[in-house]
Amino acid sequence: MLVTVDRGRCCSSGQCVLTAPTVFDQSDEDGLVEVLQPTPPAYLAPDVRLAATLCPGRAITVT
Amino acid sequence: MPPSDGKVLVLPAPADRCPFDPPSAYQQAAAAASVTRTELWDGSICWLVTGHDEVRTVLGDQRFSAEPHRPGFPFLTPGRRQVVVDNPVFLRMDDPDHARLRRMLTGDFLVKRVEEQRPAIQRIVDETLDRMVAGGSPADLVTEFALPVPSLVICELLGVPYANHEHFQQLSRTLLDTSKSELEVGTAQRELRSYLTELAEHKRREPADDILSRLANREDLSPRETAASALLLLVAGHETTANMTALSTLALLRAPEQAARLRSGETTAKAAVEELLRYLSIVQIGVPRAAIEDLTLGGTRIRAGEGVLCMLSTANRDDEVFPDGDELDLDRDARRHLAFGFGVHQCLGQPLARAELQIALRTLFLRLPGLRLAVDEAELTYRTTMVVHGVDSLPVAW
Repeated sequence: MLVTVDRGRCCSSGQCVLTAPTVFDQSDEDGLVEVLQPTPPAYLAPDVRLAATLCPGRAITVT
Repeated sequence: MPPSDGKVLVLPAPADRCPFDPPSAYQQAAAAASVTRTELWDGSICWLVTGHDEVRTVLGDQRFSAEPHRPGFPFLTPGRRQVVVDNPVFLRMDDPDHARLRRMLTGDFLVKRVEEQRPAIQRIVDETLDRMVAGGSPADLVTEFALPVPSLVICELLGVPYANHEHFQQLSRTLLDTSKSELEVGTAQRELRSYLTELAEHKRREPADDILSRLANREDLSPRETAASALLLLVAGHETTANMTALSTLALLRAPEQAARLRSGETTAKAAVEELLRYLSIVQIGVPRAAIEDLTLGGTRIRAGEGVLCMLSTANRDDEVFPDGDELDLDRDARRHLAFGFGVHQCLGQPLARAELQIALRTLFLRLPGLRLAVDEAELTYRTTMVVHGVDSLPVAW
């Protein structure tokens, strides 16, 4: 599983951090999404997929 | 667009069922189709979008504009038209203007920043509850707890003196009351804006560690934009959370076995709050958009220049996403709810709202295990003409 983000679409709602806090963070500088683990372990897949679904800016892609 | 069938949709529609359920006018539309046409007060026709998937599609797609000067943009009431026109607030702008203004505030509402504020929020909740208890049982939970907590929190963050709370709470109520005339709403908005403009000028001279000071001292922000952003934070920051707190308390008092699980920790405050947000969906008026391109939504052809209203309350009861959606079930996974909206305009303050609700409800039910209604439930009256749904007062005993 590979997690990529389009920071241009991020609106800093924080859904990803609330849903998968070990995979996503928000930058201190501009509040935009940061990926802590681009290839997270399989047990985190449901959370990561939910985070992508919940992202209001559709900034997260999981492949 | 086909002509309407002559039925005018009153917004918000009269609450004619259980006070927690979307009005039957919305439910009937939802039962007919996820996208239906409707006529508004001014004779304009727009699309009413009630399904979960379709609401997400509209709010997540920038081919639907949030700008009120777009052809077809639906004005929900005369007062709403007064509020949205002539108010440079990023909630009613498209990108890139929206992103430019919103990003000036995102740093204050990061999840980790809000997490750091939990002890301060807990202190405000504890002290407010101390005062309510000291005042003796019974008390009105709305005026003694539900309204002061978020007002104190947003005042501290924004840098607005809480001593002025009666003034801004009253103006804010007028602003959100759909039964008020355009004149009353316009006057309240101007008064609140000039109060915040003056406050911002003061913060320019004597900055403090608060959001208004930071906004007031930015060179890329006009005084008008500063006041508009501050107004949005102040109003949205206390009205929504106050009504959620009071209505949630009532919903939990009506479901004592679920309240008991919250008290024992069997159900986490986090899960409980998500379900309450879904179930209560207090933004009961539609979220307006205007289509700027021809497109198809839920099998319906929508053309550029047509208005669309997204109903969050019916989307949050969509049985395909939330089985038995009309039931309150604190143990369900309700995280896909749309109570904060969706798309780039989704509520900026949601991490803060969640923290406040989790702390306020958990503390209230833990500290007052005998909490109960002090009047017959039939005596309660609801804020049926408000943009944000709520209960007028909630007399409780403990």
